[in-house]
Amino acid sequence: MDENIAEAIVAAPEADASDAVDAETFRVKMTTRNVNVHYAEKHALRDVTLDIGEREVTALIGPSGCGKSTYLRCLNRMNDTIDICRVTGRLELDGQDIYDDSVDVVQLRASIGMVFQKPNPFPKSIFDNVAYGPRIHGLVSDRADLDQLVEQSLRKAGLFDEVKDRLGDPGTSLSGGQQQRLCIARAIAVGPEVILMDEPCSSLDPIATARIEELIDELRQNYTIVIVTHSMQQAARVSQKTAFFHLGDLIEQGETPQIFTNPRDEKTQGYITGRFG
Amino acid sequence: MASEHIVSSFDQELNELKNKVSEMGGLAEAQLVNALEAMQRRDTELASRTIEADARVDEMEREIDAFVVQLLALRQPMASDLREIIVALKISSDLERIADYATNVAKRTMSLAQSPQVRPAHAIPRMVRLALSMIYDVLDSYSDRDTQKAIAVWRRDEELDEMYISLFRELLTYMMEDARSISSCTHLLFIAKNIERVGDHATNIAESIYYLVEGRPLLQSRPKGGDEEYGQVEAPPSQ
Repeated sequence: MDENIAEAIVAAPEADASDAVDAETFRVKMTTRNVNVHYAEKHALRDVTLDIGEREVTALIGPSGCGKSTYLRCLNRMNDTIDICRVTGRLELDGQDIYDDSVDVVQLRASIGMVFQKPNPFPKSIFDNVAYGPRIHGLVSDRADLDQLVEQSLRKAGLFDEVKDRLGDPGTSLSGGQQQRLCIARAIAVGPEVILMDEPCSSLDPIATARIEELIDELRQNYTIVIVTHSMQQAARVSQKTAFFHLGDLIEQGETPQIFTNPRDEKTQGYITGRFG
Repeated sequence: MASEHIVSSFDQELNELKNKVSEMGGLAEAQLVNALEAMQRRDTELASRTIEADARVDEMEREIDAFVVQLLALRQPMASDLREIIVALKISSDLERIADYATNVAKRTMSLAQSPQVRPAHAIPRMVRLALSMIYDVLDSYSDRDTQKAIAVWRRDEELDEMYISLFRELLTYMMEDARSISSCTHLLFIAKNIERVGDHATNIAESIYYLVEGRPLLQSRPKGGDEEYGQVEAPPSQ
């Protein structure tokens, strides 16, 4: 009799309770179906199907050339700027096809902001770096509104207290970590829903990195974040979902704790434990 | 893991950790063998050496603890590497407990040697053989990453529990029949309980090995002899 019990016990179910809980609160912000990217003859991304959850951090990991940055750049049509690049498949933001002809790309990139590997402030004052977007998008009617929006954005980026007495100084006078937070403030100022980050900490020291990671954790209360990172520890620390890319394929996606404790795919296992280059 | 890390010194360290755990397993096993042999032969000299040798097992546990902390801090392991390291920590703690039970058995052997022999001694060697076979097999399955063998050990614990319950009843009967045997029988009962606990730790190790290999736990509701099986033993009618 006990043999049967033991048999039943050994066949433990794959999914655990935590999966079920997350499924209840999980809301998809961006849907991507069968996304393929070609750079001229090169097939850089193959049939990637991935859902980006609202108000959570999705980390994209994988070795160089795996397609993770290419995928990220599809999400706000940054690849449009590359002539030889061809994107197929369906990408939606809140159910709307973002590659539809009627979509205003400039508006789309305000909704889906981006922060790059190297901080790239405009050669303008700290204030104007943040104010630039709201001005060209016509988001504010007068100076008082603009002042308030700039302050709010700098506060959300965790930078205001450090720069409030020198808003007229050039953005480039800040430290690397501060510049990166300035770029985040600049992205926030135009009221995005999604923020894409392409290795935002790769040029920062560990303290500045920790500040950005803390900021990412705060930002996810209000924004959907997708981050490409080469640091697996960073992916593990900041994200709720992780997707692993390899040679243009999406190999595995899942809850971050599952990916880092018990990945289902051999290739994921090999990459995160440092077993192949 | 079949393939190797890009950083080969990490592989060497993981191997070293695995070897340390296996070595500690061998020590704990030897402690148990010696304690039981001392008990069966009423050999107080061997019992006393066994008690002293427990310090070496404790020392190995501390070594493994320190090594695990170092690996976690310096290598920041992920996935199967992380499980390898966490499981080493858990197994070493189970092995330390197993060696402690061996020490307890040796200590009681010292006391038992002062009093006359009690009849049911034959049931204890049977428990011992079973517990030892569980330890051998579970250590093998750790070395070979053999979950089938680990599951077999995990199942065998039920048999050990049943033997313990039956011995418990037997010893109660003896104590009721002859009050002079109470002291010896109590020592034997504790020894039997210690051996039964060794089986539980072997079972824990089996579960750890399953988790190490599969990445998910063996479910916790292992078949167990129910408490009602202890039952009540009626006193013989007074003469």
